[in-house]
Amino acid sequence: MELSVLAICYLIASVTFILGLKMLSNPATAKKGNRIAAVGMIIAIFATIFLYKDESGKHLGNYIFIFAALIVGSVVGAVAARKVKMTAMPEMVSLFNGMGGACAAIISIVEFNNFIKAPGWTSYPPLSNLGNTNFNVNVAYGHLLIVILGLIIGSVSFSGSIIAWGKLNGVIKDFAFKGQHIVNLLLLAMILISAGYLLLNINGAIKIDVSGTLDKPEISFTKDSWIVILFYVVVVLALLYGILFVFPIGGADMPVVISLLNSFTGVAAACGGFLYDNKAMLTGGILVGAAGTLLTILMCKAMNRSLKNVLIGSFGATAKSPTGQTQQPGDQTVFKEISAGEAAMIMTYSSKVMIVPGYGLAVAQAQHACHELEKLLTEKGVDVKYAIHPVAGRMPGHMNVLLAEADVSYDKLLEMELANEEFSTTDVVLVLGANDVVNPAAKTDPSSPIYGMPILEVELAKTVIVNKRSMKPGYAGIENQLFFQPKTSMLFGDAKDVLQQLIMVIKNL
Amino acid sequence: MEAILEWISENQQMIYIVILMIFLGIEVIGHVPSVLHTPLMSGANAIHGVVIIGAIIVMGKAGEHDYLELILGFLAVVLGTLNVVGGFVVTDRMLEMFKKKK
Repeated sequence: MELSVLAICYLIASVTFILGLKMLSNPATAKKGNRIAAVGMIIAIFATIFLYKDESGKHLGNYIFIFAALIVGSVVGAVAARKVKMTAMPEMVSLFNGMGGACAAIISIVEFNNFIKAPGWTSYPPLSNLGNTNFNVNVAYGHLLIVILGLIIGSVSFSGSIIAWGKLNGVIKDFAFKGQHIVNLLLLAMILISAGYLLLNINGAIKIDVSGTLDKPEISFTKDSWIVILFYVVVVLALLYGILFVFPIGGADMPVVISLLNSFTGVAAACGGFLYDNKAMLTGGILVGAAGTLLTILMCKAMNRSLKNVLIGSFGATAKSPTGQTQQPGDQTVFKEISAGEAAMIMTYSSKVMIVPGYGLAVAQAQHACHELEKLLTEKGVDVKYAIHPVAGRMPGHMNVLLAEADVSYDKLLEMELANEEFSTTDVVLVLGANDVVNPAAKTDPSSPIYGMPILEVELAKTVIVNKRSMKPGYAGIENQLFFQPKTSMLFGDAKDVLQQLIMVIKNL
Repeated sequence: MEAILEWISENQQMIYIVILMIFLGIEVIGHVPSVLHTPLMSGANAIHGVVIIGAIIVMGKAGEHDYLELILGFLAVVLGTLNVVGGFVVTDRMLEMFKKKK
């Protein structure tokens, strides 16, 4: 009875996960979808705690520890998620993803320890072996395979996510060395060979002794210590692989990597589903694994980059290549600076203004000031729109989220293709803390690391005003020729301060 | 080889679920607008936190004096809870900004 209630709870949870994902992919239902999935998760968690029974029909124990851990995790998780700034959300997602990966890896470690204590043989040892020692067991290869798979994927996801987190918040700098891809491939090969060796030779490494009498047989196992050592070697190698895998990938591609690691963790969770014959874990895990993989590809498409390119032709490795040398800041022609007053004047007396928001806007939390400027200009009869690059900011959709927070209406936000059609009829483009997404090198310079990425073609407009804090290059670490073009003027300062100055001036006009 | 075949036939039901879920996962988010890429990723991140069920089972089965298992289990449940709670709350906050405009 209890077990069938548990099964129904898992069924409900699985359905909520599917519904949740479905609703999350539509702006109107997204919030509800997230909450539905959360309710499903709560049901699954409490059903497991109170209704789960192991093979011998025993309930779970250690309730105090379980609830203590749940409370600790909930409090820390909720506070961290509530406190985090909007700009830091991407790295928060990466961090939480890493926690899930670590959780899956730990489960595999515990299950491996259980496995070598009693290697779940596929056929029972014949009791006629009584008195025999040291005969081999037929171990359950499938079980061990899943344990190792969950371990490798979980570990890679954990260490990779931590590196991605560090890179996004600037703690870890891009790091690449010559032949890194070969090292990575070798490392991957070593992981697979070690895991394969462990799997194929485990049968000979675990011995069984049957003693006692026919009525009361006593079974004990002995194992060669190398299997334990090899297992932990795989753990270390997988952790190392996760680190080296993410290290050379540049900041601009980090969202894609996080999405990929996200789907990895999904698969690792599904491995747990196999281990415990648990359908909620299986459906949730595989669903995220599949959806996450597709999402990764969709994100790549939004940047016109192939996944292979992201993973192999990494930003960090090429940013230091000849482009960096030919484009020393000193070689540049001079750039033009403009005052806030003049910029305000130009915008007020134009008929069409396009605002291009970027990471700088997010950092300065200037979305409200930006909306106010837009309203002011609209009152003065200026047609104001926003040009949204799909990967402006640190994550796809980052700008939309930010501007929506400031109540900017949806129809003012133009997607890249639409915006590019309108630039040629635009009088003034105001670039707010965006850099790489308006860098013409992506179209003109094949040696540039961002070559091939679709950009907002702001240079088609009559005038371009760029707000930046300094002339420092953007996240991809490359110079932007746009800033040195005759039609471009630089308006230095923090996006929020600059916008407030602009608003002041326009109000007094 | 025999072991693999045996394993497949033993886990038939699970393998069916895997295959169906792969197609469903792709189908379900196939038409997501790029605006929602980040919240969707974050939501999916929370859903794979379902791995916490495994952690709870590990913790609940751990022997009273098996300290290694108790510690690892405790750690796994904490990490899993972080993934679930943090994931859903962050997603909720992101989506707060998609509220219907009057």
